[in-house]
Amino acid sequence: MAAEDTLLRSIGCEQNLLSRPDGSANVTQGCAEKLQERLLRNTCESVVLATLHPRAGINIVLQVIQDSGSLLSCCINAACMALMDSAVPMKCLVSAVTCALTEDGQIVLDPDSKQEKESSAVLTFAFDSRESNMITCSTKGCFTPEKYQECLSACGEASKNISSFCRQSVEKRMSKELKVKM
Amino acid sequence: MKEVPISTCEREFILKAIRDRKRIDGRQTYDYRRLKVSFGMERGCCIVELGDTKVLAQVSGKIEEPKKNRPTEGSIIINLELSPMASPAFEPGRPTESGIEMNRILERNIRDSRAVDTESLCIVAGEKVWSIRADVHVLNDEGNIMDAASIAAITALAHFRRPDVTVMGEEVTIHSPEDRDPVPLSVHHMPVCVTFAFFDQGEFLLVDPNRLEERVMDGRMVVGMNMHREICTLMMSGGMLLVKEQVLRCSQIATVKVAEIIELIQKALDKDAQARQAGDKCGFAESVPANKITTNKKEPTLIDTTAAAQQASQVIQEAGPVDKPMSNMIVQAPGTVQIGEGLVNTWQVDDEDMESEEEEESRKKSVTNGREAVATSKPTERKRPVKAGEGIVSHADDSGSEEEEKVMLYQGDAEMKSTEDSTALQQPSNSDKPAKKKGKKKKAAQK
Repeated sequence: MAAEDTLLRSIGCEQNLLSRPDGSANVTQGCAEKLQERLLRNTCESVVLATLHPRAGINIVLQVIQDSGSLLSCCINAACMALMDSAVPMKCLVSAVTCALTEDGQIVLDPDSKQEKESSAVLTFAFDSRESNMITCSTKGCFTPEKYQECLSACGEASKNISSFCRQSVEKRMSKELKVKM
Repeated sequence: MKEVPISTCEREFILKAIRDRKRIDGRQTYDYRRLKVSFGMERGCCIVELGDTKVLAQVSGKIEEPKKNRPTEGSIIINLELSPMASPAFEPGRPTESGIEMNRILERNIRDSRAVDTESLCIVAGEKVWSIRADVHVLNDEGNIMDAASIAAITALAHFRRPDVTVMGEEVTIHSPEDRDPVPLSVHHMPVCVTFAFFDQGEFLLVDPNRLEERVMDGRMVVGMNMHREICTLMMSGGMLLVKEQVLRCSQIATVKVAEIIELIQKALDKDAQARQAGDKCGFAESVPANKITTNKKEPTLIDTTAAAQQASQVIQEAGPVDKPMSNMIVQAPGTVQIGEGLVNTWQVDDEDMESEEEEESRKKSVTNGREAVATSKPTERKRPVKAGEGIVSHADDSGSEEEEKVMLYQGDAEMKSTEDSTALQQPSNSDKPAKKKGKKKKAAQK
């Protein structure tokens, strides 16, 4: 595979930037609404330990600032970081990756809007951070089962990258606190 | 959700401090909080941070028919959205009274003062004009949304570039951004709102109230002004009485503040223009500050996917053969397919309310080729046994809607048999990739 096809664009994140909500995160990755809402909700529901908060509602509000491809995976990552920032107990962290299948069968990880438009299929997977099992999968377009498995494995590798980034961000943020406690 | 009421001792504390000419965050009476303006990659997208209050404005343009009574003028629409993200007191969808009031002030400030020239938005008189729309989203509410929103709106309008249009006789050509550079809107002046909060029936005033001060204030006045010392908007609310001298004093304070703010906006616009010209990366991803403990950034990384193809073929081999999808489909008419024969009902229930659903599992045979398939870890589809002796007819509704594919299930005309039979639903277990169709419609059984 060509070098640029397997390139994950630069990721940035900022946590706890809003004072009013309990937790907030701004995630940038690189640069069909109700369905995506449902997907996000199902992903979060399967990860959040809701039984620890009976009769409580958890509102997740997402604002898209800029859409330059891989929107759904960016949303899932942002929701996960915000949940983490607000100290909601979760089973595991979620990291999502999008990949696009080009006409000639190449897999492009983390596509931008142009690549997404020209592709024959766009697949988004969300993995858990502990065992890299798949939590959610959303696909658009046609593809063979073999290609699906390939995309799944490739995205699995990429998701490890993203969860290590999450972990780094939290470590950095908590570093001051940990120092003081010691 | 209702706003948490402020406690009496907090209220007394703030008021006492104000009477002593002190503010709880240490500012002076006429001081603004730190103002930061940043732009996104797209033209017309800007985020304004006034202290902790964060507002996002996005401008977009569309070509539409002009109003009948103004055939040579385009239109400017400003829409303020108070998102529940900003404050738990805001509800999604329905705008609150204060939200509507703020929206009106924004519109009056920018549209009625003719800050943006609408005549230049005309393409073909009476037929095509530009309709420019500015959406302002409040991301965080720490007081004084009005000022932040007005700064964001006018800055985004000044930052926006619309596609260039040429009219040759009857032909109208809209050039793409690659063909010709987009054209800026003609902004005559920049009206900015300054909010004053009054306490003790107008005796004390503060500029740029933060959230707690807003909760405690008696009333407020919003003065919208531009660089040329022209008042574009004046609004007072809160049920208190002000003397003439106070109003004049406020407008004089506003002159000074507005000049400072507009200078800052100009600097930010210039900096962004320079960065774009130099080809630097611009956008929110770049403006994430690198030295804060709460931010983290990672450079583009290469993922090693050479193992992916091998893993994939391994998994496929281990998975074993896929159950053959049902191939006994009878085409009844174009667009109507019958799958299966239907089985006998063992429930001995009255027919009237029986509903039946059928799940198609194979994408290749599916009628919804090319549509989105959603699979999650929680199966939510309920399965009901099929009515006796009646075939399941699947009819693809091609109403041209891209979003939803409705599958209407009609019952055939066969009579219901009362013999008992196993009612296994024809559901080959294909746990590899369960696929569900979106938007299935259930039709009640007919006898």
